[in-house]
Amino acid sequence: MAPILRIVRPSDPKAREITERALFLRRREFLAGAAVFTGAALFGGCSDGATEAADAAETPPPDEPTPKKDATRYNNFYEFGTDKTDPAEYAHLLRTRPWSIAVEGEVAKPGVLSIEDVLAAFPRQERIYRLRCVEAWSMVIPWLGFPLGDFLKRFEPTSRAKFVHFETLVDPAQMPGQKRDVLDWPYREGLRMDEAMHPLAIFATGMYGEDLPGQNGAPLRLVVPWKYAFKSIKSIVKVKLVEQLPYTTWAASAPDEYGFYANVNPDVDHPRWSQRRERRIGELTKRPTLPFNGYAEEVASLYAGMDLAKYF
Amino acid sequence: MSRRALSIGVWIAVAAPAAAIAWQAAYEDLGANPIETLEHATGGWALRLLLATLAVTPLRRLTGWQEIARFRRRLGLAAFAYAALHFALWSVFDNGLDPASIAEDIAKRPYVTVGFTAFVLLVPLAVTSTRASMRRLGKRWVALHRLVYVAAVLAVVHFLWLVKKDLREPLVYAAVLGALFAARWLVRRR
Repeated sequence: MAPILRIVRPSDPKAREITERALFLRRREFLAGAAVFTGAALFGGCSDGATEAADAAETPPPDEPTPKKDATRYNNFYEFGTDKTDPAEYAHLLRTRPWSIAVEGEVAKPGVLSIEDVLAAFPRQERIYRLRCVEAWSMVIPWLGFPLGDFLKRFEPTSRAKFVHFETLVDPAQMPGQKRDVLDWPYREGLRMDEAMHPLAIFATGMYGEDLPGQNGAPLRLVVPWKYAFKSIKSIVKVKLVEQLPYTTWAASAPDEYGFYANVNPDVDHPRWSQRRERRIGELTKRPTLPFNGYAEEVASLYAGMDLAKYF
Repeated sequence: MSRRALSIGVWIAVAAPAAAIAWQAAYEDLGANPIETLEHATGGWALRLLLATLAVTPLRRLTGWQEIARFRRRLGLAAFAYAALHFALWSVFDNGLDPASIAEDIAKRPYVTVGFTAFVLLVPLAVTSTRASMRRLGKRWVALHRLVYVAAVLAVVHFLWLVKKDLREPLVYAAVLGALFAARWLVRRR
């Protein structure tokens, strides 16, 4: 297996070494204890001022990796069904070998890579990232992957490449959720070129020190930690560099609810619910949501001068 | 079926969901997002029991099975109990019992507005569900308790508006509610 290198950034979740299994197991007890404590504090008759003060103090509770059991059994992957537990139930139908990824469009060297080629060409690093769903829940996941920029450079994008377009596999036999047109298959996502080249944007092929399970987007998925998780498209078969803003599935399905950018932003509500707080899986009450999911220091400059309420 | 057996059956039917939820909670089987599981379970049973309450009279008229009339109150109160639990879970775990946060959500989020309204409408119905209230209010009791139709419609809308994309389940409830209205209309025309 490729060597694992851990890249730690100031805004990364302060996570302990996830490979220490004993610690990993104790973590859940710790979380449970912390949640109970919070619950007791809430029941103990709080004034509204206390909660507001907690909101205003921009110091959220510490981040701990989400138990693998939860990260692999609570998924939004409509290709396998719309219930959170459907992906774990049906992902065994997905065949991830052989698998190939076509790279085309505005590149000097288009081509098709097998997943084996990808794994051989790009050494995997561990990246522990927060993952914030647009539905106001979140996790912390130790991914194994490599910078998307490294992957794209290999195909030599031309000067006309302004956006990157990604597509998920379409095969209703392997992805039974695609038998209903709840979304316009294939699932498509996209990034602006500078977003795609940002060092925090990765292609992941593993998590928790192992290969990705099907329900988490095997064999290869995008992870863009400062955006709502629907941007982090799973089980990718095609990458196309394009000049125009690409079609993206959720934005097309409900343009007033989901935008192309979809940067995590506590100040811009979903039309139907608040994005100010989120439930971290493993915790009972909600915690404040951070601008750009806590990665503002690294990525806010990409959007300098943009009206983030308009380009949501 | 004896009246006693029927009564026990109805008690079991309204208590079983709560027992199942408590069992799951005790044995850590509520999944990765236990609060969401509890909120969906209590909300779902409130809605199902509300529809069951509305089904009693049409069913009695269509089948002539008179004994079931006396279970309407029990079903209605059970629906209210699940709705109250649903509201309490949301207030505590989604809003930290913060009155400002609760008020903001009710004012700003249409799906919360209609859900909360449905719950509020059920409160006077639960309070006046006793025989004494029925006697005291007379004809006004019947008028007051028509609010249950409004509450049921709002509860279905609440579900429809919170779903992200897959509307199948709330549409099933909408269809059942529509069928209950149609049954009532047919019975009245006969």
